[in-house]
Amino acid sequence: MTITSRISRRNFIRISGLSSVALTLGFYIPSKGKGVAVIKTAGDAAHQGIELNAWISVDKSGKVTIINHRSEMGQGSFQSVPQIIAEELEVDLNDVNIEFAQGSQTLYGSQITGGSSTIRGSYRRLLQLGATAREMLIEAAAKKWNVSKADCYAEKGQVIHKPSGKKYGYGDLVEEASKATPPTDVALKDSKHYKIIRKPMPRQDTPLKTNGVAVFGLDKRIPGMLYAVVERNPRFLGKVKSFDDTAAKAVPGVKHVIPVQMNVFSHKREGIAIVADNLWSAMQGRKALKVEWDDSGFEHHSTDQLYAKMREDVKTGTPLSFRTKGDASKVFNAAEQKVEAIYETPYESHSCMEPVNCIAHYHDNKCEIWGPIQGPDWVQADVAPMLGLKPEDVTVNMTFLGGGFGRKAFLDYPHEAAVISKAIKSPVQVVWTREDDMTQGPFRPGMVYQCKGSLTDNGSISSYETRMAGQNMDHQNRGADHGSYNSSTTEGFLETYLNSLPNYSFGDVPLESPIPVMWWRSVYSSTNAFAFESFIDELAVKAKKDPIDFRKQHIWDSRYHELINKLEIVSGWKNRKANEGYGVAITECFSTIVGEVVKVSKKADGKVKIDKVWAVMDCGWYVNPDIIRAQIEGSIVMALGAATIHETNFKDGKAVESNFNVYKMPRMTDTPEIEVHIMDNEEKAGGVGEPSLPPFAPALTNAIYDLTGRRIRKLPFLLETV
Amino acid sequence: MATINLKINNQAVTIDADPKMPLLWAIRDIVGLTGTKYGCGIAQCGACTVHLNGTPVRSCSLPVSTVANKEITTIEGISSDNSHPVQQAWIQEQVPQCGYCQSGQIMAATALLKKNSNPNDKDIDAAMQGHICRCGTYPRIRKAIKTASLIINQKASVK
Repeated sequence: MTITSRISRRNFIRISGLSSVALTLGFYIPSKGKGVAVIKTAGDAAHQGIELNAWISVDKSGKVTIINHRSEMGQGSFQSVPQIIAEELEVDLNDVNIEFAQGSQTLYGSQITGGSSTIRGSYRRLLQLGATAREMLIEAAAKKWNVSKADCYAEKGQVIHKPSGKKYGYGDLVEEASKATPPTDVALKDSKHYKIIRKPMPRQDTPLKTNGVAVFGLDKRIPGMLYAVVERNPRFLGKVKSFDDTAAKAVPGVKHVIPVQMNVFSHKREGIAIVADNLWSAMQGRKALKVEWDDSGFEHHSTDQLYAKMREDVKTGTPLSFRTKGDASKVFNAAEQKVEAIYETPYESHSCMEPVNCIAHYHDNKCEIWGPIQGPDWVQADVAPMLGLKPEDVTVNMTFLGGGFGRKAFLDYPHEAAVISKAIKSPVQVVWTREDDMTQGPFRPGMVYQCKGSLTDNGSISSYETRMAGQNMDHQNRGADHGSYNSSTTEGFLETYLNSLPNYSFGDVPLESPIPVMWWRSVYSSTNAFAFESFIDELAVKAKKDPIDFRKQHIWDSRYHELINKLEIVSGWKNRKANEGYGVAITECFSTIVGEVVKVSKKADGKVKIDKVWAVMDCGWYVNPDIIRAQIEGSIVMALGAATIHETNFKDGKAVESNFNVYKMPRMTDTPEIEVHIMDNEEKAGGVGEPSLPPFAPALTNAIYDLTGRRIRKLPFLLETV
Repeated sequence: MATINLKINNQAVTIDADPKMPLLWAIRDIVGLTGTKYGCGIAQCGACTVHLNGTPVRSCSLPVSTVANKEITTIEGISSDNSHPVQQAWIQEQVPQCGYCQSGQIMAATALLKKNSNPNDKDIDAAMQGHICRCGTYPRIRKAIKTASLIINQKASVK
């Protein structure tokens, strides 16, 4: 499909090449002043010219196609985006097909699927888009019948003339509708009248994922495709000194052995690619390859060294100040009642079930890419200059992603595929083995936090300080200012606390390390929350107050109180028994508030077990409660792993844990009962895919403190050893 | 290289492959059935699970030469139209998120239910413990196995 038309009025794009066969509406960002514009959301002109987005098309058979600019990695955009459109468009959800967009910042604006942003970033425009198309179809029918538009309404893909009962299917109306000018004053439904939104509609991608039909990156095949694996330097900055490919080339099926580089932020990672006519042969060739690495000129860090440095940094380093109010340290020093604590969280691997992989086909000064990719526009922008091509000559296609969690927003693997394809003049799929995926990074950064707080005589917080030490992801970029603070220093903290705390100070001491780090589901909230919500609990204990009452005392916003009250009731917080430990944590992440209560008790052998988790999410306006439940369940399981099971260690400059035999995962029997509640309100939509991960770890350790009196300040810890 | 006769999903397939090649890669890259997934290569995650003469096995760790002429069933052989009770239950309970591990999970669940159509929680734990789901769909997998059990037993009672 090509976009050839200029807009008819100021707000919608129509695709003129299709106007006789389809009604197509869309919106996207202005591109160098060419005929483009964005939808003007009622009363919200602020959205003009920023981001943008999907478009929809109704064809002559009445089928609706939506181009989704974001990726599907399990979080449910494949379902929730059409669910929004179908509501206002008045079509059966089964008549809506969704197609993945190709990467194009010019067409869609940001496509990066991160920050739990797909719905919260576009729902208003999607609603408006569906409603506008519906009104145009109604108008077309009224015109054809020569009746008043007010006497017509739309339902299930048809326009109905109320007085006569006459009907037109949408397909019969698209030709007429495509000639009309899109109205600018379409009213959106009141949420009370939603038929599809807020209903637990089954996901359209589910049946594709129960019979092997869904095509993930690793399943994609293109004609003539070869397979490559890459032996990369196991250290993060090392180079190739020399290699001997004699034995590798002797392996049947091996076609090429070539040195290859890929960008890892501002560094180059060096390796040797083995290309064969099947993946197994490439793997055998790799085993036969002999490489000598040059690992001189940089420090070969170990976990112990990294954490020793961070522990020193939080105590004696000069923090880069992020947010401050009053004079927290002065108040702390003068206070009688005070608490001080150090918290530590580990480096972690994303370990998506589908290891990273990517197909590239470089030919005739163009490059086409297919893969499990979280940011197709980023891949386009990154790969084009590397190959000496213009962005429009690089086509990036998304497949389903077998997990993402932030890892697949990183550009190293498409980069490798593109340069290998160009070098061997053939389409190629680069596959990372599980060991590559787990040891090469990027990782969630390990962090150390120092928290200090003081209390007034009546037990309210008079000062609150956090110093965070660890890698700043932004500092990895070429030309980054290493003196800049980490703007994620308060991620996970309840914003409302900043109103009630009279004195606070948040700062960070960045750790310089060659270990590549990247967003890991909920990003810095995933580690910050452990420090923040453990420390609030420690302050509550010091103040001799109930942890929930203590939090409420410092929250002045009724929206948070409603969530906490709900959590208190559903978890039975007030009626807990003496032999049960209850812990609470409440965090804010990507504009969504989540409270979790964990209940623990002792098994017959005296060891601690998790009995149940209650989660209450307030994500404001939402689409599909079943997807939300699934995301909360999954986030809790993922958080459980990072809190009590796995961590990535480094020794002599290399990652230690290389596969699931040592980087163990939560499994069926580790999973506690999880009860989920969703707050119903009309607040702005917040994120869903990530925000319920951060509160789990502190709620668990707070529960263990409640049961045993033992305060856990370092993750991960083994439940067995409590 | 060797000529190997495979029986996959009731179809005879003759392939020419390194006898040491794991069954997983023969299925995916030579036979061309991509529903069976690569997750770890060392029999730790269960994503590559197929049935060998009805028993769930890790195809990533089985040399293809050892399975010649044996009955191999992959996810594609369970049913292509999602008519199998386990697939129906998986859809009813909305189990998959990213979906990558679910072929292996379904293969394990179908084998369990064939042996024991009324599994209790302990039976489910034992059958599913070897399967990793990074999206954390475990609560729904457990529920779906119980739902599948109901569907299977209802069908049996109708007969």
